[in-house]
Amino acid sequence: MKLITAIVKPFKLDDVKAALASSGILGMTVSEVRGFGRQRGHTESYRGTEYQLDFVPKAKIEVIVEDARADSAVETILAAANTGKIGDGKLWITHVEEVVRIRTGERGADAI
Amino acid sequence: MDSGSLTWVLVSAALVLFMTPGLAFFYGGMDRSRNVLNMLMMNFYCILIVPVLWMAIGYSLAQGGTGDFIGNFDFVFLKDIGILEDNGGQIATIAFLGMFACITPALISGAVADRMKFSAWAWFVPLWLLLVFVPVFKWIYGGWLGDRGSLDFAGGTAIHVNAGIAALAAVLILGKRKGWPTEGHPPHSMPLVMLGTGILWFGWFGFNAGSALGATGQAAQAFMNTFLAAAAAGLTWVIIERFRDGHATNLGAASGIVAGLVAITPAAGFVSGAAPLAIGVVAGAACCYAVKLKNKAGYDDALDVVGVHFVGGLVGSLTIGFFANPEFFGAEFKAGLFNDGGLGLLGEQALANVATIIWSFGITLGIMIVLKKTIGVRVSEETESQGLDFAEHAETAYH
Repeated sequence: MKLITAIVKPFKLDDVKAALASSGILGMTVSEVRGFGRQRGHTESYRGTEYQLDFVPKAKIEVIVEDARADSAVETILAAANTGKIGDGKLWITHVEEVVRIRTGERGADAI
Repeated sequence: MDSGSLTWVLVSAALVLFMTPGLAFFYGGMDRSRNVLNMLMMNFYCILIVPVLWMAIGYSLAQGGTGDFIGNFDFVFLKDIGILEDNGGQIATIAFLGMFACITPALISGAVADRMKFSAWAWFVPLWLLLVFVPVFKWIYGGWLGDRGSLDFAGGTAIHVNAGIAALAAVLILGKRKGWPTEGHPPHSMPLVMLGTGILWFGWFGFNAGSALGATGQAAQAFMNTFLAAAAAGLTWVIIERFRDGHATNLGAASGIVAGLVAITPAAGFVSGAAPLAIGVVAGAACCYAVKLKNKAGYDDALDVVGVHFVGGLVGSLTIGFFANPEFFGAEFKAGLFNDGGLGLLGEQALANVATIIWSFGITLGIMIVLKKTIGVRVSEETESQGLDFAEHAETAYH
């Protein structure tokens, strides 16, 4: 099993969620995060004074999938989250040792 | 006092009370999220301590007797003030003026934001009220400055210039916030700022039009002037920043509105026609540039009390020297330069402001130095970086 972690622009979150859901992904975890990459931060102006804000708001999506579905899930996220502009974010894939459904105790792919 | 006037003064008093919470939100939104409750409390503290002091001794020292510099003890604890002879007019007026006494020290809180010990603020407010606000109020309303013919309808000099220059004195003793000006301190909640601005504007109709102290034509004109000057100043500010910085901002609109309200305050009952528009435009432009002075001069006036209230109040007070129009109001006061009054009134306006600036700046410095040497005025470095809300009040604004 794989954990796909995607950092995307917050306004793209709904698109990504809808695309993943229609491709058969049954669950995901979402958090509001802040950070920067090559985009760096942004500047805001208050009473004519500019403030450099290093951390910009992003949405973090975490999805666990079976190994066989990982590639298609990645493609789905890429298609939905891409705007072609700087700051679109990143995703990465990590190996997952085990998954357990807390209610039933099911393990592995059955627990996803 | 006739029943119409009494009604208007009482309604106005309630409107002015509402300005202090409005100011608290205006400042609180601009503050950082870890200090917002401290900012609200500094303002709300003013509507706890000031009414008590005003009733006990403040009003008597500010308005009792005919002295040039300070009142007397005739009205201590509202002694001998009845409601039968004048239909409650004096009691209503005392309440109305007490609301002004509340918001004046509250204005200073914006400058000392993020770093002043609450215990020091708790002493500062009553000391400043009695040693600075009360005497200056007496000079202008019933003392030597008023007798010479200077004009201040609702407190441009007595309140805004007074509190604005005191704010400068206070921050010179208090020192800069940690990290200022290299580290940014952007507003934590612009919606709170805009809400506070709306409350301030609403309340300001009582502040200015209520200062006619009656249901009169002068009140109606002051109301209209308050409406126009704020709009003109807000418009001016956003136009300037749109072309200078690239965007029309909420904070620019809010700051411009407040600058216009401050500037029309001394003039509201003395000018008419297009004059409030001119005053608003000049105040909006002047304050829009004045808020940048602190970076050049190096004093940390956190939320621009000097740039908006001192400069705006000064602009308004001096423009009376040009626009005052006694003929329009059918009243006996000096005419401004544009109404064939010569330079006399402008000179009186300048004198009143210079006197207020010298007294307020000097005494405020003294109060702050005494507090610094006794109980200390500044929170610890740890408290400053952790936030004043939790350290000073054991509360947190957002969970």
